[in-house]
Amino acid sequence: MIRIEPASAWPSIGLRELWDYRELLYFLTWRDLKVRYKQTALGAAWAIIQPLFMMLVFSLFFGRLAGVPSDGIPYPLFTFCALLPWQLFAHSLTESSNSLVRNQNLITKVYFPRLVVPLSAVLAGLVDFAIAFVILLGMMLFYGIVPGSQILALPFFILLAVMTAMAVGLWLSALNVQYRDVRYTINFLVQFWLFATPVAYPSSIIPARWRVVYGLNPMVGVVEGFRWSLLGKPESPGALVMVSTVVVIILLTGGMFYFRRMEQQFADIV
Amino acid sequence: MSEVAIRCENLSKQYRLGTQETYRALRDLISSVAAAPFRRRKSVVQNGYLWALEDVSFEIKCGEVVGIVGHNGAGKSTLLKILSRITKPTQGHAVINGRVGSLLEVGTGFHPELTGRENIYLNGAILGMRKSEIERKFDEIVAFAEVEKFIDTPVKRYSSGMYVRLAFGVAAHLETEVLLVDEVLAVGDAQFQKKCFAKMNEIGKHGRTILFVSHNIAAVRNICEEAVVLDRGRVIAKGEINKTVDQYLAQITVEDIEAVETTNFIVSSVEIKTDDSPIIKTFDRVEIRVQFEGKSEIADPGLYVSILTMESQRLTGLDFKDFTSAPPLRAGETCELGFTIESLPLLPGTYQIEIHLKDMARWLVEIVPRVYRFEVAETQVYGGRKLTRWFGNVGLRAQAFSGVRNSSKAQGCSN
Repeated sequence: MIRIEPASAWPSIGLRELWDYRELLYFLTWRDLKVRYKQTALGAAWAIIQPLFMMLVFSLFFGRLAGVPSDGIPYPLFTFCALLPWQLFAHSLTESSNSLVRNQNLITKVYFPRLVVPLSAVLAGLVDFAIAFVILLGMMLFYGIVPGSQILALPFFILLAVMTAMAVGLWLSALNVQYRDVRYTINFLVQFWLFATPVAYPSSIIPARWRVVYGLNPMVGVVEGFRWSLLGKPESPGALVMVSTVVVIILLTGGMFYFRRMEQQFADIV
Repeated sequence: MSEVAIRCENLSKQYRLGTQETYRALRDLISSVAAAPFRRRKSVVQNGYLWALEDVSFEIKCGEVVGIVGHNGAGKSTLLKILSRITKPTQGHAVINGRVGSLLEVGTGFHPELTGRENIYLNGAILGMRKSEIERKFDEIVAFAEVEKFIDTPVKRYSSGMYVRLAFGVAAHLETEVLLVDEVLAVGDAQFQKKCFAKMNEIGKHGRTILFVSHNIAAVRNICEEAVVLDRGRVIAKGEINKTVDQYLAQITVEDIEAVETTNFIVSSVEIKTDDSPIIKTFDRVEIRVQFEGKSEIADPGLYVSILTMESQRLTGLDFKDFTSAPPLRAGETCELGFTIESLPLLPGTYQIEIHLKDMARWLVEIVPRVYRFEVAETQVYGGRKLTRWFGNVGLRAQAFSGVRNSSKAQGCSN
């Protein structure tokens, strides 16, 4: 039995319904990937080319010319290890923010939990991540770095990156439906965020007393976590990660509620 | 079977007026926040809003096939959107028993780059089918759509007919207890439409509840047992299909239609009617009357009226100046021009009237930006059987005759 009622101010998140629609989530993700790879000449290679080129540029300008420290890790590996979660985050964020507007033909014609749309955009990003991850493994082999038992924590950091992208993506996608200006701010936001994240430099150059504040940017925790679990940086970024995790959980919960609340009007205004 | 499938109670939906304004820019928010203390709340709520649905209440029992009819803007699509949960009502509520499938558009979510096979899965999932369900029905869908040979071709290479057939094929195999259908059968060629109707009928016979919106009154009569008539967001009639639809048609022919503006003219009404009955039948004597005024002086008013099929195929036209001339019209003065047609040669079905207004003195021709629908009622034209599309649109006042000729004479003719 389905009850149809006016919009409520505090709708539930509807996780159960989301679970019922998991097959749609799968098909939408699959569609995004399939279409992307069908339409491009290089296909899946794009998942590698982008981080690879950024690594080359960063290694040349920051590593070689500017002499940015890299905590004793070879600079290319140091930055590539950070670029992977960064790309995952940046890609997922951009795609999910635009996802609702891009799928407006679905939203105005069929009912399904709208959360599926930004979620599928994020999941598609994970596939690219997995492909690029193979390159990282190759590089680690090349530099002869073998991760210790910290690698077991890696899934947690991947999850944290996805959750961060999801949290910001939910806010932005819902805002984007109502205020199309948001679309223009996303590129700017991503660029700005890149420099606020220790991708090209180590977070150790930030004075210790500011580091917890620095962790308010959840991607700091993610990137440092990646380096710690994969490259075996000695000190664990525990405090940073704690702060980042708390921030993400707050952002994500807020984003979900905001999204669910706005979702009730999407079809009317998109 | 008397269990309730759909119950609506006081459903209302309010939209902001100005359909063009779909989204807001950030600066609007900033300026409206800034202006908030100076705003009187009430006026904002009242002005610029439209009730697309108002206090709509009805009950539909399980297994009923119900048509929803009404003018453009009567709220039909809004009602379907609310029932399919795409948009929320502003007030009131509804209860639906069972799974709901909605077909508001054919081929929602089809991606041109994907193959027919891939699109069947994608579209099926979007419409709410499980993967196993799609797998089970896959062959049936492909056969229904007659695209076996092209199933692994991207749909961007499909002809529009194939595309529509595939899309409807997926939708027609939805197995929900309640099916909401909006005007989707208006696409495709005549033969395929027939197939779709047959499929819809079949679905209806299986005891599933169908809510069907269409402008095609003949189709509604064909498929539905009951009708709900909406007018300006309210339910004005509900009941047995033929009685309710007749009542509705009788009403639209006498009802004043809202004024429509062109650059130089204002059309206050367009009517087509017969003297003796509220319903127009084939070969009736009918009058078409157009009332309009000029925004400025019209020295030599002219009128061209043509009748089109619902597929916008022009059947015939009449130009006023071929018959007589009309007196000049001062600004703001309303005049009525019209034609009497001794015997309307149209077979049962829905048609549309298109109007051009002219000022011959200024070489001005303006098309009125809407069409006026009318229905020629389903009656016995030839012999009494129901006429299919094979008979076209034009009714002929014909008699059949026969005679026996002797065979030698017939042979003589052929020599």
